[in-house]
Amino acid sequence: MSENEKEGSMILEVNDLHASVEDTPILRGLNLNVKPGEVHAIMGPNGSGKSTFANVIAGHEDYAVDSGSVLYNGIDLLDLSPEERACEGIFLAFQYPVSIPGISNAYFLRSALNAVRRYREESEVDAVDFLQLVRSKMALVGMDEKLLQRSVNDGFSGGEKKRNEILQMAVLDPKLAILDETDSGLDIDALRIVAEGVNALRGGDRSFIVVTHYQRLLDYIVPDHVHVLSQGQIVRSGDKTLAHELEREGYSWLDSGDKPKKSETDQKVQEAS
Amino acid sequence: MSEAEELQKLADKEYEFGFVTDVEADSIPPGLDEDTIREIVKRKGEPDWLLEFRLKAFRHWQTMEDPAWAKVKKNTVNYQDLIYYSAPKPKKQLDSLDEVDPELLETFEKLGISLEEQKRLSNVAVDAVFDSVSVATTFSDKLAELGIIFGSFSDAVKEHPDLIKKYLGSVVPYTDNFYSALNAAVFSDGSFCYIPKGVACPMELSTYFRINAAGTGQFERTLIVADEKSTVSYLEGCTAPMRDENQLHAAVVELVALEDATIKYSTVQNWYPGDADGVGGIYNFVTKRGLCKGDRSKISWTQVETGSAITWKYPSCILQGDDSIGEFYSVALTNNHQQADTGTKMVHLGKRTRSTIISKGISAGQGQNTYRGLVDVKKNAEDARNFSQCDSMLLGDRCGAHTFPYVEVRNPSAKVEHEATTSKIGEDQIFYCNQRGISTEDAISMIVNGFCKEVFSELPMEFAVEAQKLLAVSLEGSVG
Repeated sequence: MSENEKEGSMILEVNDLHASVEDTPILRGLNLNVKPGEVHAIMGPNGSGKSTFANVIAGHEDYAVDSGSVLYNGIDLLDLSPEERACEGIFLAFQYPVSIPGISNAYFLRSALNAVRRYREESEVDAVDFLQLVRSKMALVGMDEKLLQRSVNDGFSGGEKKRNEILQMAVLDPKLAILDETDSGLDIDALRIVAEGVNALRGGDRSFIVVTHYQRLLDYIVPDHVHVLSQGQIVRSGDKTLAHELEREGYSWLDSGDKPKKSETDQKVQEAS
Repeated sequence: MSEAEELQKLADKEYEFGFVTDVEADSIPPGLDEDTIREIVKRKGEPDWLLEFRLKAFRHWQTMEDPAWAKVKKNTVNYQDLIYYSAPKPKKQLDSLDEVDPELLETFEKLGISLEEQKRLSNVAVDAVFDSVSVATTFSDKLAELGIIFGSFSDAVKEHPDLIKKYLGSVVPYTDNFYSALNAAVFSDGSFCYIPKGVACPMELSTYFRINAAGTGQFERTLIVADEKSTVSYLEGCTAPMRDENQLHAAVVELVALEDATIKYSTVQNWYPGDADGVGGIYNFVTKRGLCKGDRSKISWTQVETGSAITWKYPSCILQGDDSIGEFYSVALTNNHQQADTGTKMVHLGKRTRSTIISKGISAGQGQNTYRGLVDVKKNAEDARNFSQCDSMLLGDRCGAHTFPYVEVRNPSAKVEHEATTSKIGEDQIFYCNQRGISTEDAISMIVNGFCKEVFSELPMEFAVEAQKLLAVSLEGSVG
């Protein structure tokens, strides 16, 4: 838990959030509170609503919010456009990073950085300063500098794409980063490198929400809190040991309605009904 | 505001150059017969040989029919309703820019073509064509010191009749097609340029075309001759007022490159495209062709076509000299109800002739974009090579992209390559950009510019910047 944490101040407050995709309800009353500096893991089986949650927070227009509220640093997040949310410091590391042929990675990243800086009424970064900045951040994720001149994610390997997401995160310096299944499609070496990049960005007031199916990633990015998402609700919350428990027991207990054996560190379930 | 609303708002933005200049015009009444042509010749004080040329073309035109093969839908043009000659008064000989009607200077100023400014600062010589006549040419004197002739076609007919007689119609004969025949009969002005042997033209030459008067057609003619070992880069820009009628622009451009000469011809075409419902706009039916007459000569066409209700043009190269090179780089954008049927013809006659075709078509709204190209390798063209790449990008699901590449090869040593792709700007790409802080508008413009990069890099610097901006404006409101 972060030392900077101030009692009562939340970076993200999600209250009774209901959201649907093409009229199919996916989130059905999700509650979550994240304090500055915390790392939360959201785990759950396929179809439980993990990616929907990530996309709703980022403002994807295919995901309709039906009711509930989301406060981000005390402001109504649902009122903001996706780019405003990004400029306010929310970063989504995509499960499937999108390729944009014809736009160099460097140009894209600089455009993004300057868009964010303009929003914050900071001066734009010129090409020279940008290159310096991006080089220092590339070292963080062990990325080949050649990738800067390649088109955004175009022909990148799975590992290169995920590293590129972390690079963008490092450059854009968000307050709340959401990692959507960042471990999917990564071998163990790539996973370690990506996790090291994320860990280097931990600290201070920056908060993370790590969305993952498997516990594996959480061996490298150790969370402060772990939540289990099932049928659009958080059905259980705990500390990092809950992740290990899920690794052992799997998610089948969710279907049966039974809970796995209670661990000692188990916390009160948030609004499980 | 949702993405769709945002885009709609931008789509409603008006065409920036749609104003009309209030100048007194000296026009010939509408209609077209041999007397109209005689009247044009009389007003312009042209010699008999030109009258003969025009009349032959007119008689041939009367035997022809409006071509219907292009993939465009158009209203019938009634050629008897058009005005074939409209010149701003006064029509006396101008000795310097200072004598140009201030109203006209202001018009070009508004269009971003400051003739005064050009005179002093930039390294571009401009010939400004307003409706049927050339109103001003900058830098003529400086160019004349190098033996370069650059000015209005009308002046060239009087001052350099031998050059005009030798080359007029030598690349695009009046018999070529319906519009080239019509143009040969009634063309009123345009630019003429001659670069003498061994001279590299030190500045960009440029013609700016402006249609102003209502009910007129613009029929200009451009002829550029690059003598042996000379080089020239030429730019062309166009705009017109917003009107509900479809105005006709039927130009002819002829280029001749002699031995070791290079001509680079760039166009940024921004004629009024019509409104969002497809009412009005320019019919841009243009014949452009270059002849690589000498060995090792090179002609390069670059075009950015964003305007006009209908664009119908195929800037082409006849590669006659051995080792001659033809290039065609094109960006054609159609939004709302715009239609474009454009491409090129590369005719390989000489040995080891090479051609490159890079075509980028962008369709948005209900725009229809057709690439039509011919690579024709004749019997004696040993070791000819062609590379063609035709890429289409679709924005939204109501537009269309079509590709008709024709290849005719009569020499077995030829190498011809053709690549084509079609892509769509995806909502996932836009969301990805949004999530990194980039607005939808900037994202679209960034993606489209990336798509067109290979063509823009062929444009002279200032034009490239202009083209990017123009593309952004033309695309506004295209997704949603």
